[in-house]
Amino acid sequence: MGFLAEFQHSLIATAGDMLPIVGIIFGFQLAVIRRRIPNLKRVLIGFFYVLLGLSLFLMGLEQAIFPLGEQMATQLSDPKFILDGLGRSIDQLRWSDYYWVYLFAFLIGFSTTIAEPSLLAVALKAEGVSGGTVAANGLRIAVALGVAVGITLGAFRIVSGIPLYYFIVTGYLIVMIQTYFAPKFIIALAYDSGGVTTSTVTVPLVAALGLGLATSVPGRSAMLDGFGLIAFASLLPIIAVLGYVQLSEWMAQRSAAADEL
Amino acid sequence: MNESLSGFIHTLLGSLRDLAPIILVIGFFQLVILQQPINNLPEIAFGLFLVVLGLTFFIYGLEMGLFPIGEGMAEALAKKGSLPWLMTFSFLLGFGTTVAEPALILVSSEAAEVAAAGGMIGNSEEEKQGYANGLRFTVAFSVGLAILVGVIRILKGWPIQYLIIGGYLGVVVMTLFAPDEIIGLAYDAGGVTTSTVTVPLVTALGVGLASSIRGRNPMTDGFGLIAFASLTPMIFVMGYGMFI
Repeated sequence: MGFLAEFQHSLIATAGDMLPIVGIIFGFQLAVIRRRIPNLKRVLIGFFYVLLGLSLFLMGLEQAIFPLGEQMATQLSDPKFILDGLGRSIDQLRWSDYYWVYLFAFLIGFSTTIAEPSLLAVALKAEGVSGGTVAANGLRIAVALGVAVGITLGAFRIVSGIPLYYFIVTGYLIVMIQTYFAPKFIIALAYDSGGVTTSTVTVPLVAALGLGLATSVPGRSAMLDGFGLIAFASLLPIIAVLGYVQLSEWMAQRSAAADEL
Repeated sequence: MNESLSGFIHTLLGSLRDLAPIILVIGFFQLVILQQPINNLPEIAFGLFLVVLGLTFFIYGLEMGLFPIGEGMAEALAKKGSLPWLMTFSFLLGFGTTVAEPALILVSSEAAEVAAAGGMIGNSEEEKQGYANGLRFTVAFSVGLAILVGVIRILKGWPIQYLIIGGYLGVVVMTLFAPDEIIGLAYDAGGVTTSTVTVPLVTALGVGLASSIRGRNPMTDGFGLIAFASLTPMIFVMGYGMFI
């Protein structure tokens, strides 16, 4: 298929997907709010750009990010690569032999999250609303560390084959305990930061890593083990943000106590 | 014209900066650790170029069209004070932004491939398409419901943790009954729903509402909509897996 035919196909598909949100916004604007849309021409051009951008983005993902992610996940978890220089056979592979996979998972989790535009938007809003108590960059780093650790744990789970829900249920328990002790103002924001992290860029890359790993690790099936990385990436940031605020509060208390002495 | 061009270049540099760490990590692993050439390098380079260009147009267009109109509407509806319309809008906003979510579209078609390979559904193009669409609409419906519940919470001022912990218990109970094949996918669906299109629109709605209602604090009450939107899809996708 030529580039233009592919582009046309992608454009039509994206237009169909965007139709509902466009319909909702204009329907409400005209029928319920009944006010003329300010800068109508600008808004329409904006919608056209969104459509164009989304089509190009999806095409590029299919062509570059997905194959690249899958290829790298397969190469990094390829028994031949893992066994290289170990002097053991495939039956003696241990979970710790996959250290490059874990490092890759950590770095890709951290870098995609720091780069995430919607996290930046929420962090700035939180900094504004909290009057600076929640620093935007501190929040972003806490969330990125959470995602990085989460994806690493998720990769370990795929390699080791431990059922997903053990981790997730334990994670929920930790969140509940932290919620009990954490200051009230942070709770809603912390819960939100779990969902914010997993962006348009992170999801395809991480999903490809999971499916690639599950396909190449002996004894794993793509259907049972391939998914679940994103679940880790949405759970760990909650723990990280709650922990970040608890830690900074504890440190503030300690220095206050030290001042009193 | 000049102004919009410089705005475009600014956005382009922004997307390049956003994607640079990812390209660095991939490049480092490919060249230093794996020491293998990348297959079809020209095709992948062109694809990356499309991703950067597409992200630029997308974000530029969001800031020009979708954000101003979305934020303006959240404010106008909160001021208007009509509860049924506010609730209809909340549901439709959650549904509409999620159905259009590119990450969800990708993951649901991947899921259909895997389900077909695993023999859960037939291998024809039509059946895979049907499975992927069913999944997409299930997730979108559950997100609409989540935003609706979240907006009611803001209006009533309920503490968020009871609702969320209740939701988690729902997830745990569903996990016990759902088929094993769907669990990982269901947990993922929670994170997938909320990205570039949804988050800013929904955050604007929550904070705007909490600021315009007396007795609500935008910090404790305004956030939390996204948390609901990442919780309900898990429950609903497990339900989808049980019934298909």
